Amino acid sequence: MSIILDHVNYTYGEGTPLETAALKDVCLQIPDGQFVGIIGHTGSGKSTLVQHLNGLLKATSGHIYFNGEDISDKEYDRKKLRSRVGLVFQYPEHQLFETDVFTDVCFGPKNLGLDRRETELRAYDALRKVGLPDSLFYQSPFDLSGGQKRRAAIAGVLAMKPEVLILDEPTAGLDPRGRDEILGQIKELQTTTGMTILLVSHSMEDVAEYVDRIIVMNQGSVMYDGVPREVFAHYRELESVGLAAPQVTYILHELRDRGLDVDAAATTIGEAADTVMRALGRSSGPGERQIRTNA
Amino acid sequence: MLRDITLGQYYQTDSVIHRLDPRVKLGGTLLFILSLFFFQRYPGYLAAALFLGIVIKLSHVPFRFMVRGMKAIVFLLILTVAFNLFLTPGKELVSFWKLTITWEGVKTAAAMAVRLTMLIIGSSIMTLTTTPNNLTDGMEKMMRPLRVFKVPVHEVAMMMSIALRFIPILLEETDKIMKAQIARGADFESGNLLKRAKAMVPLLVPLFVSAFRRANDLALAMEARCYRGGEGRTKMKPLVYQKRDRIAYLCILLYLAVSITVGRLVWMWI
Repeated sequence: MSIILDHVNYTYGEGTPLETAALKDVCLQIPDGQFVGIIGHTGSGKSTLVQHLNGLLKATSGHIYFNGEDISDKEYDRKKLRSRVGLVFQYPEHQLFETDVFTDVCFGPKNLGLDRRETELRAYDALRKVGLPDSLFYQSPFDLSGGQKRRAAIAGVLAMKPEVLILDEPTAGLDPRGRDEILGQIKELQTTTGMTILLVSHSMEDVAEYVDRIIVMNQGSVMYDGVPREVFAHYRELESVGLAAPQVTYILHELRDRGLDVDAAATTIGEAADTVMRALGRSSGPGERQIRTNA
Repeated sequence: MLRDITLGQYYQTDSVIHRLDPRVKLGGTLLFILSLFFFQRYPGYLAAALFLGIVIKLSHVPFRFMVRGMKAIVFLLILTVAFNLFLTPGKELVSFWKLTITWEGVKTAAAMAVRLTMLIIGSSIMTLTTTPNNLTDGMEKMMRPLRVFKVPVHEVAMMMSIALRFIPILLEETDKIMKAQIARGADFESGNLLKRAKAMVPLLVPLFVSAFRRANDLALAMEARCYRGGEGRTKMKPLVYQKRDRIAYLCILLYLAVSITVGRLVWMWI
């Protein structure tokens, strides 16, 4: 039970002068229940990659297996696949259309052919899961704030009860607080439901704290694939392709270079604080907590 | 999905046709379209096809790129052909149920199909080889005399260039919205006409919202740059006729003379 990509290639605009290879020989395996961050610069192929996973784009060559079945197979029910692999696009404005938020969230489950009761139960459940307050359920989706729209859009996909949830830049255009709230909720969703989650982002900082694994895409190929500390160890190479490791990585490396005995592989601010305190010969005490809250 | 529509899309390459003054291309396209409706017999079409072929060759735009734009008007084409086929009175050829196909009908339908095809290809050459900016510049200059009659020439040209510029943007947007809704289980392809029309709502609402938002943003951006219409506005690159433009005009006139003579003369003989 997992997603497997076997030598997947994809070319945009085949046969035109604008022909470009968007994915080059991508091989990946994503087991159930993992929280994966897919990181890449604009045009690195990360969005193209995730659109393959629910069959919106068809690989030019190569195979994709979902739970052991080849999704490019002619007999494969791609409509059903889309309810099992939910994809939330970057701009919520692209999918919100109903007169109120609740009806909009009902759109997905209704398309699955569920009866009214089940549809509404799922919509309600999804809206609760993304933390949208009840008072907004019957408001027009166009009157919501940016962060609320995004929640409504995520709920619209969650209501289909997918096994895999893919979020394409869910935090783009949000302020730091809105970003942390949404990411925190997604993490909670993953721990409580055991759902596989793929988070597409261009910011390491965003995902470092939440994900189990990071896949770095560059020019259509997988550049690095591993747990955050492994990937961030290559921070110099990441920089050369226009990505940056989290700020703590830089600070810790700098500190180590200046002779402080810190573990430079720490990925989150909390871990960094711990290792700095330890290096300074102080155990985690009130000071460390202080740093955490300030962060 | 929707990238196939080439109407109103510029194809970037370097060719004689690309370098021509937009006024030549506008005038030429207009004359070419007019010529299509002048002649009644096949030699005229042959001349038109030949002329079109040479221009396509000179434009360095792959032919299949042009044909792709035709997909958008296939429906119109079929409709026109059907109407002409069934509704032209004359010598009966085949008849079934309430429909009759006449010999005259077949001839008009064929002529219409050829005319429409050439018309679309002819005008798509213009848009494929001229940037929208250039095109409206040309239009503005050509229509300038109309200002005497209080026609807001500059404003019309600006609106057209904005409309043209928005076509690819909105197409791309439509593609994205379609994908987002398909991901939520929307189905745009199956069902009867009513069901399909209803399925368009989740596509059209976000599209309109986005179009209005973009229009609003653009208006703001233009105002922020102190745009206030054409009064006293100068061009960074004013249009000036070159030698090649004069030659092009000559070629177009030559084609017109040949096609009309051929089209009419042969018609007189038969």
